[in-house]
Amino acid sequence: MTANLPTIPADVLLWTDLLPGGAHWSGIVRYGTTLRFTDLTGGANCSAIFFNQEEKLERYNMADTLKAQHTAHLTQGHVCYSDMGRILCSITGDTLGWHDPLCGPSNAYDICEKYGERRYQEARNEMYRNGRDGLLIELAKWGLGTRDLVATVNFFSKVWVDGDGGFHYESQHSPAGAMVDLRFEMNCLVALTAAPHPLTDAPEYQPGAVGITAWRSGPAQADDPCRVSCAENGRGFQNTERYFRGVAP
Amino acid sequence: MNDQLTESLLDPRLAAYDLTLPAGEGWLHEIKRGQIFRIHDLEGNQSVDTMFYSATDPGRRYSAQDTIRRQRRLYLSTGSRLLSSEGEVMLTIVADTCGRHDTLGGACAAESNSVRYALEKKYMHSCRDTFLHTATHGHKHVGKRDIASNINFFMNVPVTPAGKLTFADGVSAPGKYVELRAEMDVICLISNCPQLNNPCNAYHPTPVQLLIWDRE
Repeated sequence: MTANLPTIPADVLLWTDLLPGGAHWSGIVRYGTTLRFTDLTGGANCSAIFFNQEEKLERYNMADTLKAQHTAHLTQGHVCYSDMGRILCSITGDTLGWHDPLCGPSNAYDICEKYGERRYQEARNEMYRNGRDGLLIELAKWGLGTRDLVATVNFFSKVWVDGDGGFHYESQHSPAGAMVDLRFEMNCLVALTAAPHPLTDAPEYQPGAVGITAWRSGPAQADDPCRVSCAENGRGFQNTERYFRGVAP
Repeated sequence: MNDQLTESLLDPRLAAYDLTLPAGEGWLHEIKRGQIFRIHDLEGNQSVDTMFYSATDPGRRYSAQDTIRRQRRLYLSTGSRLLSSEGEVMLTIVADTCGRHDTLGGACAAESNSVRYALEKKYMHSCRDTFLHTATHGHKHVGKRDIASNINFFMNVPVTPAGKLTFADGVSAPGKYVELRAEMDVICLISNCPQLNNPCNAYHPTPVQLLIWDRE
């Protein structure tokens, strides 16, 4: 965790976008590109899932990510593993210190139970949306569906686990301006939703907006902090780099 | 530790189905709504990697994330309801003499073994290979796409308040069992874990017994 992340130089900036609270997004993010997510209002949640763009049966794997790094939270220095022993993306910067890999996206039941229903007919784009349905809409754009929606990472959210295994949602974990940088180690299909975390205790449905900035960061160097943070990640990078050997991705 | 130890009154001699599954082998079997399914850790601390699918629509499957966040507890024990990706209750744990079962560790795979242990470990037998072999021969609608985070019955994978994940000494022992009641018709896919690189099973994978009782 660091207090502030460096400003992105204008000459490497690729694009920016703003994901309104509750909205969903998907796109291809290429090897050597970093995405910076910014919690614009405080209290945002961004549920994310990653696939290898060219073989989408290779996808983010919660269990392999957590057990390889002996962690139940994600922060700077951690990586996101696919089920094929490769690294889809690395967390190269983080002002928060904790992102939730356990709870998955909110679904229609979670949101309805907490906030009731608010339909498009009455509310227009202020309607209540949930994380799972947003992700399924995005996945369907790429020919994917419910069978492909495995675990997500919930950026900007924290749920810690007590000695009995009980879950504790941390209120007001993410202040306005919180940032996390994800450097992509493979060409990935990325799907995101800024719908509320399923365990949110916010009394009103007011999901925060997330800023997205993409820039050309280049790949991991030999002494990259994510590569050297544990022996497992060193081998994960070896597997990933072999996949691209002989081709310039 | 606040685990719920609950014994069963069912008599194994009256079970409708009784199979001993060696380590390194797989099992795919339908369990009907109302049937009781027991997994019996014959020699102790054996990891039984288990997935459940709806028998009518295998696209609906056990979801680790839905299950643990709805019960707001990481471990499974008596009373835990196993939820599908659609939020349906698939099975309920009705007896458990072990006390906690892992939801986070997932299955070992050739590729993850190469990351966790050493690159050359990737040719060792693994749970995912068993899952794929068993599903390929056992069900035309279950394949790699359907392999998501599974339950590891009898495994102890504690998480600390600081967010560390550890593979701790087993809490199971010879003769411990867990029993589930199917709340819908389900397909159960098991890999009886062949892992030789992890101290959690004392580097010694062993057989388990699988029993099913018809509803009364």
